[in-house]
Amino acid sequence: MDEFMGVLQRPDFIGNLILHIEYTVLATVLGILIAIPVAVLVHRSNAGSTIAINVGNIGRAVPSLAVLALMFPVFGLGFDSALFALTLLAVPPILINAVVGLRQVSPQILDSAKGMGLSGLQVLTGIQVPIAAPIIFAGIRTSAVLIVASVTLATFIGGGGLGDYIVEGYQRNSTAIALAGALAVAVLAVITEATFAGLQRAFTPKGLRIAQKRGRATK
Amino acid sequence: MLAFFQAEFAPEDTGLIDWEWLGDNFTEDVVPAFFQHIFLCFVSLAIAIAISVPLGILAARYRWLYPPLTAVTGFFYTIPSFSMFTILLFVVGLSVGRTPAVIALVLYSLLVLIRNVVTGLDSVPPETKDAARGMGLTDRQILWRVELPLALPVIVAGMRIAIVTVIGIAVIGAYIGAGGLGDLIFDGITRDFPTLYITGAVLATALAIGADLLFVGAERLMSPWSRRARGAT
Repeated sequence: MDEFMGVLQRPDFIGNLILHIEYTVLATVLGILIAIPVAVLVHRSNAGSTIAINVGNIGRAVPSLAVLALMFPVFGLGFDSALFALTLLAVPPILINAVVGLRQVSPQILDSAKGMGLSGLQVLTGIQVPIAAPIIFAGIRTSAVLIVASVTLATFIGGGGLGDYIVEGYQRNSTAIALAGALAVAVLAVITEATFAGLQRAFTPKGLRIAQKRGRATK
Repeated sequence: MLAFFQAEFAPEDTGLIDWEWLGDNFTEDVVPAFFQHIFLCFVSLAIAIAISVPLGILAARYRWLYPPLTAVTGFFYTIPSFSMFTILLFVVGLSVGRTPAVIALVLYSLLVLIRNVVTGLDSVPPETKDAARGMGLTDRQILWRVELPLALPVIVAGMRIAIVTVIGIAVIGAYIGAGGLGDLIFDGITRDFPTLYITGAVLATALAIGADLLFVGAERLMSPWSRRARGAT
């Protein structure tokens, strides 16, 4: 137990914790910045959406350690390699959900919005995005939790983060060190999941929430 | 803790992929790792299905079971795999090898599988069940002959997500001695031998995508009516 606390009090622990969070935030934000514009561009075309969803599905299937290993010869050891790989991992869930979310807005709603004189951009930002928001947030949540877990593997390509302690624990056969890393990552993942669940609820438009409660969610 | 390969290691500069090495060691190192990986994943999926289907049927019937079941399995699903392996080894006290890997892989599959069993059973129209009851089928017969066959496409969709997840996580399982394609990746990185880890990564990716496509095919095959409906609209 003393050894366990000792790891948490190490001067580099906070640094690695912050690095871990930094990777997660950067990769998730970059993932959003790539996935959402692509989804907005393709969602109106059937072929474009099918391609985007299939690419997303294939991307989701790729094992995270494989992505990291494949970036290693391209960018070498360290931060850039890890961040690039993590961004690649963050895109698919957000892309799939954004395309599905934007497409599932019922045509009647879009027609009435157009009938009220809204421009294409206004329909997108005022109607489609808010209605799709819960689904898009679900995608971001999936990505963020996946990234927290995948950052742990960045240690294998010299990317640092909390995975360093798990590996050190295995190498020195020290339960305390390995658990300090493992539990810190687990807590971080649970916090990320809970935060995004809250955000997802907060970004669900009021009307939609009432409709869901009455079991009349538009589909 | 890492299982090292006995194969000869060629440190001289041979470019990114040393085809000669690959040719020499393919049947010895690569093929067994590939099949080990498939075996590990399918055993885990089979165990997970054996647990999830009964639990899902119970949760669909007794609704109060569903929220705690998803909460617990959702919690497992959230725990990063490298942490899960570490906790299974150091807290639960399992020894290095396949057992902790299989347990972790089963735990990761439960959420998706149970959720899809329940969603699938829910999607059976009440009129259909009424009609079955009207024809004199017992509850058990309705479950086996009407509900489960109609829910099958959704259940298979769950299996698809589960197998893809499991294939990806099993790669990391190599670190705790589970074997499989992760061995190639970890050994390759430790020995700074790109041929080895690129081969492992590419095969793991191909396996995951292959399994994904296989299950998409199975899903289509099992729901010919949905294809007809899609064609009709």
